Amino acid sequence: MAHVQGLRCRECGREYEIAPVYTCEWCFGPLEVTYDYAAVAAAVSREQIAAGPASIWRYADLLPVDRGHAVDLGAGFTPLVRADRLAAALGLGEVWVKNDTLNPTNSFKDRVASVALSKALEFGFKTAACASTGNLANSVAAHAARAGLRSFVFIPSNLERAKVVTTAVYGGNVVAIEGNYDDVNRLCAELAGTYRWAFVNVNVRPFYAEGSKTLAYETAEQLGWETPDHVVVPVASGSLLTKIRKGFDELHQVGLLDHAPNVRVSGAQALGCSPVATAWREGSDTIRPVKPDTIAKSLAIGNPADGYFALDAVRQTEGGLAAVSDGEVVEGIRLLARTEGIFAETAGGVTVASLKRLADEGVVTPDERVVLYITGLGLKTLDAVEAEPTATIRPTIDAFHEAFDPDHIDEE
Amino acid sequence: MAVTVRIPTQLRELAGGASEIQVEGKTVAEILGALEERHPGFAERLHDDSGELRRFVNVFVADEDIRFLQGLDTAVTDGQTVSIVPAVAGG
Repeated sequence: MAHVQGLRCRECGREYEIAPVYTCEWCFGPLEVTYDYAAVAAAVSREQIAAGPASIWRYADLLPVDRGHAVDLGAGFTPLVRADRLAAALGLGEVWVKNDTLNPTNSFKDRVASVALSKALEFGFKTAACASTGNLANSVAAHAARAGLRSFVFIPSNLERAKVVTTAVYGGNVVAIEGNYDDVNRLCAELAGTYRWAFVNVNVRPFYAEGSKTLAYETAEQLGWETPDHVVVPVASGSLLTKIRKGFDELHQVGLLDHAPNVRVSGAQALGCSPVATAWREGSDTIRPVKPDTIAKSLAIGNPADGYFALDAVRQTEGGLAAVSDGEVVEGIRLLARTEGIFAETAGGVTVASLKRLADEGVVTPDERVVLYITGLGLKTLDAVEAEPTATIRPTIDAFHEAFDPDHIDEE
Repeated sequence: MAVTVRIPTQLRELAGGASEIQVEGKTVAEILGALEERHPGFAERLHDDSGELRRFVNVFVADEDIRFLQGLDTAVTDGQTVSIVPAVAGG
């Protein structure tokens, strides 16, 4: 059983009872779940967590859902791999990759969808819905199928074909909107006021967003209950970055860490959609919305709901924010693939390229233990990279030797 | 002719439960002023102490975010729709 107290506005502090609501009625600020951390501390231990399932549900005491209602495809507990070859290529020391491409629908969104749909069942909803740049669409459609819920998934009509197929195959409704993600999002915010559906990232958002904390929990557990010095996180709405930071803090609060975490948090954005990085660079307290123009469509949110909180987290922890070009994104995808054998989607390319940028600028330093969050699989954005066979030949030894000089082939 | 204002769920109580209201005005500021006159209470919910829109309130004129237009000075013509939408969805 979760140890939830209620909901609290992040802006003005007004408190609300647990319900499918997401904004403060007074100031429109976002609502956040509050916990009885003393009760959590009494319930959890490293041993109890280690004995739990190999999924996000091993941390059920820190999630706002009743364990028995879990809609579970096995999200989470993905590998944290030491990335020495990537570190060497970037002139860094200890770098780890949290490989969240290895989730049931191949992105970190399975964490939040699993939590959101579990909560939706608790609330008694019969229909799950979402606004998505693609990864959440996959995940909500899959988890809704698993739970026997009807689904309505709203996406921008220019989405990568792979993400349309990998959503529609689950049999729910997929609605392509003639507009960008922010248009989709606005429509969903209005529809959420009309239909009694569980819009996972609208009226169920306070619960949904908590699923991202598990990325911090796993990172610490996989590092032997230690925290990294620096994390690099892709920024779309800013929710993931904000929740990863919160996750590390909570672990200490409930007694699972020996020392208070001191994690520098850095963000990664694509240049063609970098409202948070722009505000950081300009030292501004205002995040101006932008019209996205980037191949990193899963990060193409021009009006980021949690942008202010992400900016605060970066400033408070003395991290940085990078904005990288589409060319750097593609090179980032290739660099991670050829050094570590992990094929990331464009958002991962943004994250790798941003780490390179932050390392070059001295924001991330060689003495730091760095964790890089790779949130989605490369097969989802196959069109972003061009890759051809090294040679195309007839099936003969001679043809092979024409293409590869036998006297030099082992020298490469 | 007038302008249609779409009211988000959170504010419908102020407008007797209505999801849409017709008001007169030539700019977003005038429209929101007319809304306050008709249904007192809107202004303190939409604006911060300095009179600017709260940072988690989005206003759209004919489906365009007014921050891409002229903000509160954005012109509104008869028959257009002004939508007030909470900003904390998505992602």
